[in-house]
Amino acid sequence: MIELRNICRHFQMGDQQVRALDDVNVHIDSGEYVSIMGPSGSGKSTLLNVLGLLDRPTAGTYLLDGRETTSLDDEELAHTRARKIGFIFQSFHLIPRLTAFENVELPLVLAGVAPDVRRPRVQELLASLSLESRARHRPNELSGGQRQRVAIARAMVMQPAVLLADEPTGNLDHISGAEVLAAIEGLNAKGITLLVVTHDAEVSQRARRHIRMRDGRVVEDL
Amino acid sequence: MRFRDLIRLALDSALRARMRSIMLLLAMSIGVAAVIALTSLGEGARRYVANEFQALGTRMIIVIPGRSETGGVSPGMLAGETPRALTLSDALAVQRLPGVERVAPLVVGSAPASAGALEREAPVMGSSAELMPVHGFKLARGEFLPSGDLSRDTAVAVIGNNIARELFPGREAIGGNLRIADRRFRVIGVLADQGRMIGMDSQELVIVPVSAAQALFNTESLFRLLIQAQTRDDMNRVREATIEAIRLRHQGEEDVTVITQDALLSTFDRIFTALTLTLAGIASISLAVAGVLIMNVMLVSVSQRTSEVGLLKAIGATRSQITALFLTEAILLSVAGAISGLFVGLGVDWIVGHLYPSLPLSPPVWAVVMALVVAIISGVVFGLMPARRAARLDPVAALAGRR
Repeated sequence: MIELRNICRHFQMGDQQVRALDDVNVHIDSGEYVSIMGPSGSGKSTLLNVLGLLDRPTAGTYLLDGRETTSLDDEELAHTRARKIGFIFQSFHLIPRLTAFENVELPLVLAGVAPDVRRPRVQELLASLSLESRARHRPNELSGGQRQRVAIARAMVMQPAVLLADEPTGNLDHISGAEVLAAIEGLNAKGITLLVVTHDAEVSQRARRHIRMRDGRVVEDL
Repeated sequence: MRFRDLIRLALDSALRARMRSIMLLLAMSIGVAAVIALTSLGEGARRYVANEFQALGTRMIIVIPGRSETGGVSPGMLAGETPRALTLSDALAVQRLPGVERVAPLVVGSAPASAGALEREAPVMGSSAELMPVHGFKLARGEFLPSGDLSRDTAVAVIGNNIARELFPGREAIGGNLRIADRRFRVIGVLADQGRMIGMDSQELVIVPVSAAQALFNTESLFRLLIQAQTRDDMNRVREATIEAIRLRHQGEEDVTVITQDALLSTFDRIFTALTLTLAGIASISLAVAGVLIMNVMLVSVSQRTSEVGLLKAIGATRSQITALFLTEAILLSVAGAISGLFVGLGVDWIVGHLYPSLPLSPPVWAVVMALVVAIISGVVFGLMPARRAARLDPVAALAGRR
């Protein structure tokens, strides 16, 4: 499913070269539940961005579903992101002027899916996350947990193969956080590949596989 | 992305940022309204002048003795030769030309006019009954010069309103005796007040038969010959025929200048069209300023919505989709601004039209089309740079809210 070979990501900061990722080799199979831990600056977010095709590695090979991605152009990357990858962010990243329904619908709109195909799919997803009563609300009228569940619905609406979650519970209280984790673990149980970046050892514990990073390298993979 | 979804998303974004959108609408409407209102003024002035000419008499051809040349000095002038006079028999000859409806000879001078003990200097115009239809004079009361033989000297006069008031204070001028220089005339009509026409104030005028005026000023020659063609299409033919006829009568010397009202009108037309274009050009500057403002506001919008752009990229939006979103928003705003500006401009026309009813205000069609097209083009041109900037944002940095 995911195959990273000798991935490097270097930044130039003034006259200093920062090695955010330094020769990373990771193989992740379809349906895995992986947590990525590490202190700030360890490169775990950069790893997630590379996996999500938002960032291009400086060197190395990244095969997604057996397809080489490092040579794709911007357009192809965007299409691959749309079809294969779902993102969940710590700060939700909902568009404030759109309703929950419209936020979830957005990836379908960008993909040019017809309105009468979109509507049932969005409604079904919102219902599965117990959000059907909040469909017409804007993000500022929703609680943190509800916002993150809207974001999960948005990530899932294109039926991706991989769900990438960057600190998904970082802005939530304990109970909402548990709800959100239960929701994404439910999706994993149905076969989606789930990667969670977190500081929180308790969150990390729930994954079946644990990757620990430091200074841009994978130091532990259990 | 579907077209309807694109419009909906762009419209949504424009409507949510209300203050920003109002500013853009305002800037664009001021620009378009300025173009509409200023070109209306220029066009209105042009039509006003055209109407005035129409009032001056239709299908008029004016014959002036002497040849006005731009080609330098003629041999005749060097020899001290004066142009041959234009005479009444010339007028009669022209009258017989095909396509000529009427001919009014004109002798002009100034003489003391008196009635009883009152006396004043008055401009005197000698002409015929034809002058009224040719020149477009109107009578307040009484009648105009009688028609008939031009060489018959009838002692009647038609006078302007002011002359009537000053020389016949408190009594009816018609039927009164008017003495001009040493000749006596009977007043038979009073002219209606029509303001100034070709430099003559119709209120301050005494009109007598042409032969009487010739006798008064002791001259055979005419000041002008006014010809009215039968139709507008005849004007050029009549003009040529007149020149030819007079040339034959003047021993082959082409010594008159013939101008048509059309020529005068088209000169004014050109002047006012140039004026309108100038005004349109000046007003277009405000459209360009509005365009720059669009660019500025859209740039601010892009930087405010950086993380939104990052998210769009994360959920699979391509560069061209993001460009399209921002560009559509800019175009929608400029189109809306252009349309509201059109209405503001027409509103200004309406108000000015009510304050000055004689000025026919309406924008020329080309100005309306130009204003709308320029507004939309400036939306595209000035919206493109911010939209492309948004599309080129690095998704990782944009998601973090950095640029």
